[in-house]
Amino acid sequence: MTATTVRTKGPSQKFDFGRGLLYLIAALVLLAIIVPLSFSIIGGFRSNSQLAAQPVGLPDPWVWTNYQTALTDPSFYGWVRNSVLIALITTALVLPAASLAAFVIARYKFRGRELVFALFTLGLLFPVAVAILPLFITLRQTGLLNSPLGIALPQAAFGLPLSIVILRPFFRSIPRDLEDAAAIDGCGPLRFYWSVMLPLSRPVLSTIAVLTVVGSWNAFLLPLLVLIQPEQWTLPLGINNISAQYVTDTAMILAYTTLAMIPALIFYFIAQRQIVTGLTTGGVKG
Amino acid sequence: MIFAFLLPALALYSLFVLYPITQSIRYSGYDWNGLEPLTDWVGLQNFRDAFADPLFIEAITHNGIIIGLSLLLQIPFAVALAVLLTRNLKGRGVFRTMYFAPFILSEVVTGVVWRQIYRPDGLFDQVLAGVGAGDLSREWLADPKIALYSLFFVISWKYFGFHMVLILAGLQLIPTELEEASAIDGASFWKGFRYVTLPLLGPTIRVSMFLSIIGALQLFDLVWVTTKGGPVNSTATMATYLVDWGFRRGQFGFASAVSVIVFGLSLIVALLYQRFVLRRDLEGALTT
Repeated sequence: MTATTVRTKGPSQKFDFGRGLLYLIAALVLLAIIVPLSFSIIGGFRSNSQLAAQPVGLPDPWVWTNYQTALTDPSFYGWVRNSVLIALITTALVLPAASLAAFVIARYKFRGRELVFALFTLGLLFPVAVAILPLFITLRQTGLLNSPLGIALPQAAFGLPLSIVILRPFFRSIPRDLEDAAAIDGCGPLRFYWSVMLPLSRPVLSTIAVLTVVGSWNAFLLPLLVLIQPEQWTLPLGINNISAQYVTDTAMILAYTTLAMIPALIFYFIAQRQIVTGLTTGGVKG
Repeated sequence: MIFAFLLPALALYSLFVLYPITQSIRYSGYDWNGLEPLTDWVGLQNFRDAFADPLFIEAITHNGIIIGLSLLLQIPFAVALAVLLTRNLKGRGVFRTMYFAPFILSEVVTGVVWRQIYRPDGLFDQVLAGVGAGDLSREWLADPKIALYSLFFVISWKYFGFHMVLILAGLQLIPTELEEASAIDGASFWKGFRYVTLPLLGPTIRVSMFLSIIGALQLFDLVWVTTKGGPVNSTATMATYLVDWGFRRGQFGFASAVSVIVFGLSLIVALLYQRFVLRRDLEGALTT
């Protein structure tokens, strides 16, 4: 047992029972991930009677009507459009606000700096649910109910803590000398931020943009309560409604969920590095 | 002058995070439907009513059960898989990518798909029947005794990959020399794991646990799209209870009291955690 389980480095090894078991476990877990996803993708190509009789395997025959219905549904495109718009506005608000704040917190000493930073980090603990009732009242008073801005502004605000916490150590790690040199050349804080810091921190900024987009794209609670008119719905609201509208039509529901999944999965496979590093760098730094 | 740079963030944060939270505290002292002027001051009555409502206590219990199960099952599972993936497995990049993939899907899409999977005679039942365990078939989401556990399974399905990736990153910080040294000294894999890897992985696991607890305290989306807290309240959480009372029944004052309780619990957990468990790695905890 000992010999087989010590972490080894050589690529060529004899097959042994322990390794076989490892692959078996890894493959089973992989299956548990893939089966539900492919159930949705392929399920959309079945009829409901096929689903009841044979939910695994390939459809026979392939049914195209579900995806056809979903893809020609104008409201589906409306949801996508609203989701994209809200994600873009949220990101456009978070990036400048968070980077300016993190820049000051990271590089300038002033009274109350730690307090300001603590206040922002505390925000990581506040779920939107805690603030949802007053937020709703505020948005109603300011006429922002049913408007993309009504979602984007609070979302950006709730996105600030994570962004600032990721940015601060990065901004701090940029050498002081660089700033001194820039100052000698007559470069003020704003110029330094704009022409030195931002270009240098492009990777971190793109991580934050990616995380913000994902968070916004998936958001449910706030849009559920704030976007009451169906024309303003985002993709999650639309999908939630589809699952109620087609209660018994599983195949149709699966066509919609698959179409909703695809952009997220494509985005994930493109931006995987940003997402994973963004979420883990801070987490394990300790 | 430099303060001007802080203004956009501070303004946004004060207006949409800090101010609403203080307002929640204020509303919680009133009997209020969200529309009329705030006049009906009731002191702590809303809090007393909440804690006297068995349904609210049940909701808190459900959050607690999800926390307990996550810590006992989901995180150990994530640790085991992370350790497994570091063991020179061919194609581990693919495994990692795929395990993490559900994390990226919205809880709404996840919940809606799983609702179809859990249908009577649906995929879940058929897979069970396929491996000869057809007797285990249940009304996965309609049986009050097991609906919460069915949901926990979905939560684990969606989130274990996130915890695994977090722990993988932690494992990378452990110098392999230490594990090699223990192996050379004749320690078995298990002993090496128990006495070398696990202690060094401590901070990362604690961060994982912390995020898991905070996430479970706020559980809403997945429950709302799959069961809406039913059947007979068996999957209600504090957040679904809050939305139900605030937006369906229009009891804004009472619902605000509930939100203050959720906030208080999150804060207590965070402070206790910081005090007794995290200490050094506080910054890490908050950075994820």
